[in-house]
Amino acid sequence: MTNEFLPPGLALQKADERIMTLNVGPQHPGSGHMRIIVQIDGDYIVACDPDPGYVHRGEEKMAEYRNYITNIPHLERPVIHDSCNVLYPYVLGVEDLLGIEVPERAKYVRVICSELNRCIYTMYWLAIYGIFLGHSTMFMWPAGDRELLIDLMEKISGARVTHAHFVPGGVRNDLPPNFEEVCLRQVNYFEKRIREYAAVFYDNPILISRTQDTGVLSREDAIRLGVTGSVLRASGVDYDLRKKEPYDVYEELDVHSNVMKEGDSYARSKIPWLDMLESCNIIKQALEKMPKSGSVRVKLKPNPKGKGLNSVYKRVESGRGSLGCHIVSDGKVEPYRLKLSVGSFRNLIALPYLLKGEKLGNMPSVYWSLNYWPVEADR
Amino acid sequence: MSANTEQVSIEEKPAEEKPAAKPVAKPAAKPVAKPAAKPVAKPAAKSVELPAFEKNISDKIVEKFGDKIVVSFVKENRVGINVDKENVHDVARFIRDELNYDHVESVSGVDYPKDKEIEVVYHIGSYSDPSLASQLIVLATRAEREENPIPGKDATKLPTLRDIFYSVEFHEREVFEMFGVYFTGHPDNRRLLLPEDWADLPPLRKDFAIKGR
Repeated sequence: MTNEFLPPGLALQKADERIMTLNVGPQHPGSGHMRIIVQIDGDYIVACDPDPGYVHRGEEKMAEYRNYITNIPHLERPVIHDSCNVLYPYVLGVEDLLGIEVPERAKYVRVICSELNRCIYTMYWLAIYGIFLGHSTMFMWPAGDRELLIDLMEKISGARVTHAHFVPGGVRNDLPPNFEEVCLRQVNYFEKRIREYAAVFYDNPILISRTQDTGVLSREDAIRLGVTGSVLRASGVDYDLRKKEPYDVYEELDVHSNVMKEGDSYARSKIPWLDMLESCNIIKQALEKMPKSGSVRVKLKPNPKGKGLNSVYKRVESGRGSLGCHIVSDGKVEPYRLKLSVGSFRNLIALPYLLKGEKLGNMPSVYWSLNYWPVEADR
Repeated sequence: MSANTEQVSIEEKPAEEKPAAKPVAKPAAKPVAKPAAKPVAKPAAKSVELPAFEKNISDKIVEKFGDKIVVSFVKENRVGINVDKENVHDVARFIRDELNYDHVESVSGVDYPKDKEIEVVYHIGSYSDPSLASQLIVLATRAEREENPIPGKDATKLPTLRDIFYSVEFHEREVFEMFGVYFTGHPDNRRLLLPEDWADLPPLRKDFAIKGR
């Protein structure tokens, strides 16, 4: 069968003698659930074409067939480790559409859950990043230490990963009795643990020699490509939505956003770790300032509806950067259209740019430093 | 395409804003039947106070483009602009060059089969200007929607914004495969998420039904 009868993406590409085309993925464990088509000249990458979509599940289409409450469990599936942050913009948007005012205590509970989830996600990512650089200690330690926080989330919501804890109008359940002391103890220990990672990983000369000055993204290009989250902040742009567009009670908390100037793989891998330390700080502040009692959920009418044709766009800072949710409502019980604009999808555009001219051996460190989660990008 | 920008106007909650009070001089305000069966605009019923900073941004755009655009809403941190596809390029260039917005966060398609149109909504933000950090311009434009899209001969067309905002590259590819909107001038109009041999309707159109629903 010649090329003209094949659909566009399946057509075979003619390459010359020097250039070789390699498919990395979708079965390759180093690429996650995606395919990266790289063209190499000897050991150097000359072109790269990311091909996501192997875990596309049509979350946005499904959302048009379910009402605002039954949308909650399936919308957190794109990133089950960060499920609170994935639901956060959706819940904020629905509250805006329905005109719901959230109780003060619920806002603090949300912030605590969101920061715990950010750490849980980042630890998982760090474990994968470690193992693909051949550092198996960095796989074992985060995978074990995140259990501390998973236990906390299990105490709050009853589930270890997919919590479905945020609902329009607050959170599903109040915190269990005695939670504050347990949480403070675990978070203090967690913070002490992750500080030890510096000695074994971030100050490790082998890691530094492998990641420093690879895949450099300059500040101008980061802005032009519209990347977000740790990738953006590693390139020297101070942009953290918890500070720039504070939602819920982030305004009352002292949030420090971590910025590095280098823009290389090392900076991109260090920023999430610094963010975890900052998350511990935020959790401690929130535990202190949280009202000790009070309601955590506004009771909604069954099958809530939006008012008329209306649209809202809310965004939060998730573990992978800004996560936006665009909801269009036409006054029915289901959303007319729901769009998730996720950080992974936005950061993917930087991959072909960063890999050009790199050695093939640097591909895992550049690719995983983008904080990319294939399931989230595909939705 | 003459008056399609009016019936677009995603009406805000009536309590919030009054964009229609501005002299936007609607060319032919025909109240086309909207999905929500709502009157097109209730001008200046109650003068709710608009947020000043956002009002200032929308005024600058109105001043430049006059009746070529319609301000669909002004609310906290968001300014909604509707524009028809002939002018979307100019408006986007103005937003980038004069108003210091520099990247697109999200591009969402919305299918309106009753209007026979597909709307594409760009959420444009700014990293380089700290005063605009929380602001987003919601730029919406519409394309006529053909009933039976044939892959490779797409008739639903819009001009691309990739030469203005580089960051729309993958977003527009996604809208292309999910809604069948061909972006003229986009250098890489290939499928992104769907399989290469997908031979059905674009799946996020309203007439693509999920089985069993």
